[in-house]
Amino acid sequence: MKNVLFQHGQVISIILQRLLQNPFASSLNIIVIGIALSLPIGGYVLLKNVQNLAHQLAGTPQISVFLATGTSPDEIARISKQLKEHSAIDRIEFVPRDLALKQLQVSTGLSDVVAGLTQNPLPDAFIIYPTALTSQQLELLRDDLKSWSKLEHVQLDSAWAHKLEALLKFGRLAVFILAALLSFALVAITFNTIRLQILTQREEIEVAKLIGATNGFIRRPFLYFGIIQGLFGGAAAWLIIAFSLLLLNISLSPLNQLYASSFSLQHLSINDSLTLLGFSTYLGWLGAWLSVSQHLWRIEPK
Amino acid sequence: MIRFNQVYKRYPGGYEALKNLSFEIAEGEMVFLTGHSGAGKSTLLKLIAAIERPTTGSVLVKGQNIKSLKSAALPYLRRNLGLVFQDHKLLFDRSAFDNVMLPLQICGFDHRESAKRVRAALDKVGLLKREKANPIALSGGEQQRLCIARAIVNRPTILLADEPTGNLDSEYSNEIMSIFHSFHQVGVTLLIATHDESALQHFPGRALTLKHGELL
Ligand SMILES: Nc1ncnc2c1ncn2[C@@H]1O[C@H](COP(=O)(O)OP(=O)(O)O)[C@@H](O)[C@H]1O
Ligand SMILES: [Mg+2]
Repeated sequence: MKNVLFQHGQVISIILQRLLQNPFASSLNIIVIGIALSLPIGGYVLLKNVQNLAHQLAGTPQISVFLATGTSPDEIARISKQLKEHSAIDRIEFVPRDLALKQLQVSTGLSDVVAGLTQNPLPDAFIIYPTALTSQQLELLRDDLKSWSKLEHVQLDSAWAHKLEALLKFGRLAVFILAALLSFALVAITFNTIRLQILTQREEIEVAKLIGATNGFIRRPFLYFGIIQGLFGGAAAWLIIAFSLLLLNISLSPLNQLYASSFSLQHLSINDSLTLLGFSTYLGWLGAWLSVSQHLWRIEPK
Repeated sequence: MIRFNQVYKRYPGGYEALKNLSFEIAEGEMVFLTGHSGAGKSTLLKLIAAIERPTTGSVLVKGQNIKSLKSAALPYLRRNLGLVFQDHKLLFDRSAFDNVMLPLQICGFDHRESAKRVRAALDKVGLLKREKANPIALSGGEQQRLCIARAIVNRPTILLADEPTGNLDSEYSNEIMSIFHSFHQVGVTLLIATHDESALQHFPGRALTLKHGELL
């Protein structure tokens, strides 16, 4: 057992030496693989970030109802009662116009602007939390509320989130297609690298077969090469994305200051990073395996 | 140890290189295979090492029939054989030491034990001082001896040599034949193909002579 481990370790160290002997060619291959992988993975990272942002902003779907200016307290009480009795509404929250102004001041950081106002431009409002959640049901409720008197403006806040969701779906599909295509490219790169290696080591393979090497023994270094190249390629993709995010976050910081927000792009989670490395390693192995099974059996000693 | 039964070998293209060969080589025998160039000596050796398969008839090596041998079993047959090639088939991307190490790596030998065995094999052929040299820096005779060291490092029971002295002058040939003779003395079965009949006079051993693919 120790011996088997030693043999595998030896194969790996030979391959690392071989990579180091040819640093330019090896790193070129690894960088190409890294770039190929970083495109779909980068797309995935951006989508994840947009999705996070959307969730932060959207929360659960709400309907905001703004009352006509000058609606009397009696009328407000009547509307409030009617809303509470509505079957599609879970609960409501009344936001008096003074409170709305204060919230605006606090949450948006526009305190200077608000302080400069001579009168409150905001209407009284209700925030409605519906029981129904599908966009169709929400739109039905919105249309119903629109027909009520004294409700000047009805706004379905989740509408844009739904549009964003559709857009994200489209983005995910695009990333998926890109990932499939570039995975194929990665397999092809490894396939070809291994093919060239087999050709240049033809003599060694023949001799090894003549002195009793099993197919497994002959295959092993090529498979390990594919695995190591895939792993390094995945790591290169990770670094490329990390570096790009760093640049993007630096360019985001003036924007953040302007809006007093703290939004920054997040890199892959640990799980996603490990999946990336695992996947690129698998693709490297696959390319090597395909190449070896294509080319090795043709080499027979004479 | 080795047994041929009515063996025919026809190469693709139709040329019949071996015709109706039947013979047996016992364990520990030292046998010379002679005949003119093109007589079929190399073909015969290739049949024993399962590099080629017989067209008809049976070739038995240590009781195993080469014709029906599964390709997965092939490596294990070859580990019992030491092969010495006329063109050496040494690898020039590594040292003499590493060339001799290769068969042991293939068998998965313990590293420290292998190093000892490699040095013993190099010592046997008188190349211990050249272990770090690249084979390309060795003379023809030294390359042939290195090839022999690689063939015996695994302690095979059968040693096959295809014209091991083919390109060497007589001083070197005698040296190499003496090495083979010393293996014979420790019980290895040897089959040495040569078109140089003078070795037969200097060393004991039976001769098998081929002429146009037939045994005389
Ligand atoms: N792979 C091959 N395909 C076709 N003919 C071959 C092949 N190998 C050898 N031969 C022919 O078989 C005959 C015997 O060859 P070989 O066994 O190499 O003879 P020797 O080793 O005695 O010189 C020769 O005529 C040679 O041309
Ligand atoms: Mg020959």
